Order: sequence, then C-alpha cells, then structure tokens
Amino acid sequence: MTGEALIVLENVNKWFGPLHVLQDVDLSVARGEVVVVIGPSGSGKSTLCRAINRLEPINSGTITFDGQPLPAEGRALARLRSEVGMVFQSFNLFAHKTILQNVMLGPVKVRKEKSAVVRERAMGLLERVGIANQADKYPAQLSGGQQQRVAIARALAMQPKALLFDEPTSALDPEMVGEVLDVMTSLARDGMTMVVVTHEMGFARHAADRVVFMADGQLVEQAAPEEFFANPRSDRARDFLSKILTH
Amino acid sequence: MSVWVDKFDVFAGGFWLTFQICVLAATGALILGAVVAVLRISPVPPLRAVGTAYVTIFRNMPLTVVMFFSAFALPALGSNADFLRIPVLDLVFTRLSTDLPYFRFALIALTLYTAAFVCEALRSGVNAVSPGQAEAARSLGLTFTQNLRYVVLPQSWKASIVPLGSVIIAMIKNSALIGFFGVVGDLSATADQLTGAEGYAFIPVAIGISIGYLIMTVPLGALLDRIERRQAVAAR
Repeated sequence: MTGEALIVLENVNKWFGPLHVLQDVDLSVARGEVVVVIGPSGSGKSTLCRAINRLEPINSGTITFDGQPLPAEGRALARLRSEVGMVFQSFNLFAHKTILQNVMLGPVKVRKEKSAVVRERAMGLLERVGIANQADKYPAQLSGGQQQRVAIARALAMQPKALLFDEPTSALDPEMVGEVLDVMTSLARDGMTMVVVTHEMGFARHAADRVVFMADGQLVEQAAPEEFFANPRSDRARDFLSKILTH
Repeated sequence: MSVWVDKFDVFAGGFWLTFQICVLAATGALILGAVVAVLRISPVPPLRAVGTAYVTIFRNMPLTVVMFFSAFALPALGSNADFLRIPVLDLVFTRLSTDLPYFRFALIALTLYTAAFVCEALRSGVNAVSPGQAEAARSLGLTFTQNLRYVVLPQSWKASIVPLGSVIIAMIKNSALIGFFGVVGDLSATADQLTGAEGYAFIPVAIGISIGYLIMTVPLGALLDRIERRQAVAAR
C-alpha cells in the first residue's frame, strides 16, 4: 500500500425508483489496496462496485478514478473503463468467440495493439490462470470455474490499474470456488488494486487489506480484516457475522 | 384453363415486375431498417426518439395510407422521386427510370413501411443477446459501435433471421397493393387486366396469380425453416 488514493467516492447517492440503494457513500481505495465489500443481499454492494466504472450511473456525489472524475457516456468513459477491469458474477465471456479471442479482443480493438504481441500476452495470462490448453475452445465448453478464470485473464489483458469483482464466485459450484479464489489471492499478493464484492469470508480474512461492511445502502463500518472479524463495532455487522459464521 | 397457356406472357410479365419491386424494396427496407434499429438502441436519447417515432408511425399506419401519401403527397411537394433513377441499377430494373413515377412512389412506400418491421425484427435479435455480453464489452472499453460490431450483432443475427424472413414474406404479399397506386402490370394487376378487359374467368386467373406469389414466398419460407433447423442443431 502506497497510501495514494486511486478510487475515491464522495457523497455518492443512487436511487432505483423509490429505493435508495446507495446513501451518502464515501470510500477511498489506495493504489495496491485490496478492499473486500461484504454485507447482506440487497445492501448495495454490487451497485457500489458497478458504479465505479459507471456501468451503474449515480444520482449525486462524485467518483474519481486516478485523479479524474468519471466522464459522461462516450469515448472518454470508454477509455476510463479500459483501465478498470471488471469480473462479473455470471462471467459474461463472449459466447461466439474462443477463449483466446475473448482475452485478445480488448487489447486489439480498444488499444489497437498488434495482434501477435497481444496473443503472446494473452497466452501468458491463460497460462497464469491455468487454462492455456483450452485456448481454442468456446466458453460453453468450459466449467464455471474455468470460465471465471478466463474472465479474469480477459480483464488482466488490458493491463488495468484496478480490478472490480462483482461476486465472482457466487455462481460457481462449491468445488470450483477455490480455483478462482486462488487466482484472486495471487493477484492481491502481486499488488493489484482490487475491489471485491463477495460472500467468501475466508478470502476476506486472508487476502483483504480492508473489509468494508455495507447494509441497507450505507457503508456501516470498515476495518482491517482481523479487527473486523474479531471485533465488529456495529450491531448490524455483529448480527450479520453471527448469522454466517455459525455454520 | 387455357388462360395459363394463352396469356403466359402476361403472368410472366406481372411476376417479373412484382419480383423486381420486391427485390428493391427488400434491399431498401433491410438497409433502412438496420439504420433505424441502430438509432433505437443508441445510447443517445434524441437518436432513440427519432428511431422510436419512425417505428411508431410506419408500423401503425396501414400500408394503403402510406401508399396514398407516397403517390399523392410527393407529387404535391414537387417530387417525382427522381433520386431513384439510379444509373446501372436501372438497366436491370427498368421501371426505376420511366417517366411515370408510380413505380418509384410505390417502392418508397413499401420500403418505408417494411423498414419499421425490419427494425423491430433486428431489435428482437439484439434483445435476445444477454445484457451481460454488452456489459462485459463496455467494461473492456469498447465504444458503442465496437460493441455492436464485435459483440452484439454477431450474436443477434441468429435470433433475427427467422422473424426477418417473415417480414419479407409479408412484404412480398403486401406488394399486391401497388397495382392500385398507378403501377401498371404487376402480378396482382394482371387479374384486372385478364378478367376485366379480356373477359377470362376469374378463378383460373386467380390461381395463376397465386402460383406466381407462391413461387416467391414458399422457397423463402423453406429456406427459413432450414436455417432454423440448422440453428437448433448448432445450439445443441
């Protein structure tokens, strides 16, 4: 952690109709920091994560990325998004493209990099996530865990400044959760800036620099993982932890 | 039944004219419909409004009324639709360049009307692509156009092709109206000529005309069935 803020949210508010899903949220993520966002369903964690690259526009407040406020829809926003990788709950690999093509599309079309250079980097990334031997298959031929690892490789291929994970393991069979978390843990060790929305408390404990607890659209408390899990300050967090940790 | 043999050239001529306007109108409607579809799914609200207004007008107005507007309003505005006298193309489709403008007017009406349905068929295909695909593309930094070109459209055409075929088949049958708006000698107008002016019995003439339309529509329908079946296999 260098302490320099990469992602800053100030006074962010968001409504879905009458529902106030983000209420005056302030959050700052430092370069190289791994922030894990936890909380009950419907607490606004995913919305928070999606707001950072403006997949979900906010109603008021400001979000700055690397010193610049998020631009409105258009080329500038596309450029910003290319610097923030995103991994989705449902993988969202391009169904009509092979694994390798999925990983190469962004760098070749968005960054206009040479195909040969990108191919080499893409194969390296697939190697890293352990799927290089499946490069020519289509997403539907892979297991969920494999697809999600490809999705991480696809995000990494853009050499992003930060990665957003929106419940990356929630759609996976239990035995595949580990392989995805392993990849994420190794990224965290390598100093990638990460915002991870998850229900995996084990990951939060061992990989997070900071745990952020959200409930009902509010950022209720944030602390280092050891402190948060041993000693939650708010009733809401104590209640949440008691429900999930007794099983 | 001798009318089929005696007047084969009249049937064939009518068929050829109907076939021409259908090819031209289908091409025009596919292009215009694609443009309107892009407007309707664009992230820019004013463009979306234009696309929606277009579809609302032309999908909800009877084709007869569109034909009326085309055949009477355009001349009133001083236009003979001369922009459709396209060089080279008019060597094959000779009616494009005739001094009587009604073929051009009918072509405009049929194209404008059908384009609204083409737009909706294309859009239903786009909607069939899971929103996560476009979201993933956006999160990689692809622009709207790149997103359509590399991610959404290559997946959407499969879901569009069958409804699109139905639209074109409907258009072929709708083209039977053009005879009532000044176009001389299309397939349906053949009926008037043979039964009215030349006194042939109606039923054999009607059967002859029906066969003419079926020659265009049935193979198209069969082709669509084939595509659909192949897709079902590809989807496992």
